[in-house]
Amino acid sequence: MMRLHSLLLYLYPSSFRAEYGAELAHVFQKRRQLASNAVEVLYLWVREFVDVLFNAARVHWDILRQDLRYTRRTLVRAPGFTLTAILITGLGIGANTATFSITDHVLVRPLPFPEPDRLVQLWQRTPAYPQVEISSPNFDDWKKSSTSFELMSAYSSDAVTYAGNGQPQRLEGTSVTSEFFGILRVQPALGRVFSEDDMGEEAARTVILSHAFWQSAFGGNSDILGKQIRFNDDQYTVIGVMPPDFFFPARPGQFWRPLIIPAPARLIRDNYYLYAIARLKAGVSLEKARAEMNLITEQLERQYPRENAKLRATVEPLQENLIPRQTRSLLWTLFGASLCVLLIACTNLANLLLAKAMGRSKELTVRAAIGAGRERLVRQLLTESMSLSVAGGVAGIVIAVVALPLLAQLVPQRLPLADVTVLDQRVLGFALLVTLGTGLAFGVLPALRMCGRADHDGLRERSRSGVGGRRERLRSILVVAEVAASVVLLVSSGLLIRALWRVQAIDPGFRPDSVLSIQTWLPTPRYQSGVNRDRFYQEVLSKVRALPGVANAGMISFAPMTGGGGIWPVTVPGQTGTPQTGAIRFVSPGYFDTIGTRLTRGRDISDSDIVDSSQVAVVSESFAQRYWPNQDPIGQTFNFAFDNYPFAQLDRTVVGVVGDVRFRGLERRSEPQIYLAYRQLEDGPTYYAPKDLVVRSSIDPAQLVASVRAVIQQADPEMPISAVRTLRDIVDLQTAPRSMQLRLVVAFATLSLLLAGLGIHGLLSFAVGQRKPEFGLRIALGAQPRDIISVVLREAVLLTGIGIVTGLIVSRYVGRWMESLLAGVSASDPASLGVTIVVALAMTLSGSLLPALRATRADPTAVIRGE
Amino acid sequence: MTFSQSDIDELLPLPPATFHILIAVADESRHGYAIIQDIAARTNGELQMSAGTLYRSIQRMQEQGLIVESRRRPDPEDDDERRRYYDITPFGTAVARAEARRLSELVRLARARGIAPERP
Repeated sequence: MMRLHSLLLYLYPSSFRAEYGAELAHVFQKRRQLASNAVEVLYLWVREFVDVLFNAARVHWDILRQDLRYTRRTLVRAPGFTLTAILITGLGIGANTATFSITDHVLVRPLPFPEPDRLVQLWQRTPAYPQVEISSPNFDDWKKSSTSFELMSAYSSDAVTYAGNGQPQRLEGTSVTSEFFGILRVQPALGRVFSEDDMGEEAARTVILSHAFWQSAFGGNSDILGKQIRFNDDQYTVIGVMPPDFFFPARPGQFWRPLIIPAPARLIRDNYYLYAIARLKAGVSLEKARAEMNLITEQLERQYPRENAKLRATVEPLQENLIPRQTRSLLWTLFGASLCVLLIACTNLANLLLAKAMGRSKELTVRAAIGAGRERLVRQLLTESMSLSVAGGVAGIVIAVVALPLLAQLVPQRLPLADVTVLDQRVLGFALLVTLGTGLAFGVLPALRMCGRADHDGLRERSRSGVGGRRERLRSILVVAEVAASVVLLVSSGLLIRALWRVQAIDPGFRPDSVLSIQTWLPTPRYQSGVNRDRFYQEVLSKVRALPGVANAGMISFAPMTGGGGIWPVTVPGQTGTPQTGAIRFVSPGYFDTIGTRLTRGRDISDSDIVDSSQVAVVSESFAQRYWPNQDPIGQTFNFAFDNYPFAQLDRTVVGVVGDVRFRGLERRSEPQIYLAYRQLEDGPTYYAPKDLVVRSSIDPAQLVASVRAVIQQADPEMPISAVRTLRDIVDLQTAPRSMQLRLVVAFATLSLLLAGLGIHGLLSFAVGQRKPEFGLRIALGAQPRDIISVVLREAVLLTGIGIVTGLIVSRYVGRWMESLLAGVSASDPASLGVTIVVALAMTLSGSLLPALRATRADPTAVIRGE
Repeated sequence: MTFSQSDIDELLPLPPATFHILIAVADESRHGYAIIQDIAARTNGELQMSAGTLYRSIQRMQEQGLIVESRRRPDPEDDDERRRYYDITPFGTAVARAEARRLSELVRLARARGIAPERP
């Protein structure tokens, strides 16, 4: 019975228990003796339990208040230390909170749809490309034959001209099949989503608006349902408005309309342009769905051996599919780097506190001797470190809020995610955890260490233990850890810098400087006519070329690195095998000269290449090399392997060869390119009609924008204009996330280097202080300053050396893990490693210089007097 | 030990538990259980102070210098070595007096307004 009671007393702090435990037990025993029956005993226990619970909490609280008062006094007494400590923790916690909030937002948090783990994205897969858009008949067959999915929906990116009240506007959106919203299980904010009735070619045209577009174009007016709005030249009835946080499939989407595929197009099996999502049936695993899709695609290959040769399906979880691999690596690397900084910050603070505690060891030992006890000391030191880390945590949250917009630039704008908000519960919870962890991490070591000392040799303060002594070992290990962590960050920064340089040095295949790019949108049906298009092109091109400061101008279907489709299968008469693909673009004369792509053979597209003349093409060098290696490509012919598409099947003659352009992006493999004559595009859909105007200027392209706009407006006042930027901007956008990440990692590395330098400085200063008598004696015995300096530096260099080696070993693993970000730079890139070693040594030297000089000033006479 | 009026004022008003403990040890050294019993007897059993409250108060009162642990022990046959005895300090006496004055002043005020019974 009494044992149970003494266990209960463990709720009190041990100092209180030591003082009053026996008496508390005594009182309880007396009362127990007075209790005469079971009910009274039970009542006594309940009372005792409540009493201990309440009073133990009060005693703990009293101690905490005392410790906090004491902490406040000590921290205020050393404002330099306090501010440094708060700043260091603030930076560490801030960096982590900010990177966490963005990593969590983009990578960890499930998609904002019910049961998101059942959502998948479907692609076609060829031996060369793991993810290719899907053709309409293949999608229909997949949908019909598969049983793994509850629903499957196709969608394709869409754009319309919306006239509204003022200037015609180009709107981006998505055409979707009726299952689209059901798969995602989202409800509209207003109205309804599509049903099967909205889907037919003859059905009334309906549209659903995004919340943002509804707000901006209609002022959020709820009368919008049932209203007619004009898209291109057609009237659409608004049937719904989506909620403000719905962005699928891409952030800029402003509308959704039914995906209507005309009957003839439903038969073309090798025109790939649809995307597809599906929801797995409950209980069906991803593997099972993949296996089923494999069977279905094998069956389709047997049925359509030519169009579906080696064509399979890729089934990926939607979440993984939405976030590009590079964005993933980018964010995880950054998160790792910020953890590294926090680790260094903790180590550094542990070291600072340890040094401070050693300075106070006399006081602490006295406190222990007068009965403060080990536990009270630990509590006191932990209160101190926790107070610092909580203050640091508050500073950290402020830093995170400020830093977040910067970090947000790492996330591609098109991801279907809401904006990152820093101060939500998850992020605050994380910041709190990190703060507490930090306080514990840098408080507990010094506390335990000091208690050990207090018990053993506290009062022998003057006992001379050298730097190699036991108590220094812990601090040395901490310094080694700091150096190692900053080496890892330095190597990573080095590798990322090299990778960025390498990517920036990639030849895009054109000269992007001084080229302005403007998107026009050729609204249908007017521009379905070749004659109308031609009139527009002639007027715009001739007038723009005549503007002062303009060197040349041209038009193309899609400017390089701005996306677009047009990946067509190619067949060459006389050559057998599976057709390979090329990227087609229609261009005007002067396009190559304008963007600075070399014409290496033959001639440019010309104005005399018209629909009725022989079909011509200018191809890229890799295209010529692929089909006619070691032959003159000029005069060779090829066509596109589309069935049921007479235009594609026309034979085309190669009239010129140009350099390859990385149209998919600097770091992506691009298919060989085929440029067709803009006047040879038949009447009909304008998807491939040149709409991107490029202008090379001899003056700042920004000065041209107004006059080029005016020319376009003059040619067609209803022509929407968008995406006005320079080709340089477009190319820089390719490396923007990289540069941003690099800047952050470099900032982290600099910070950690600084902290490690401080750590070495602190350790050596303390050690030199301790060894002053020894140095004094050495000087008295005739040692030169040089000898003293070398003694101190040897220590520093040894620690740094161990740190560097450890860091380099860890860096190898980190480097391999970052491989996808390194653009082919080796993880053991000698330049990065070399620079890191030099920088780390330089940091050591600068950190140890002052303590070393101080050691040479040890006064021999003072030392002898002191002894 | 010297103390000033402001040292005393700083502690007023006293928590009831503290005042009761001071009264209990005002005339003789008592150990914890005896304090509890004394308080119960003086309040006709109305106030049964718990051990936790008692020792938490004792700890604080020792820190404040109101009581000290007594060096005198009872005769060995009456003594229990686990017991600790507490004495009031001169400062404790002064504080208890000040608190008593404060309380009677309050009662006088209440009486003047007729909301407390007249002296029996």
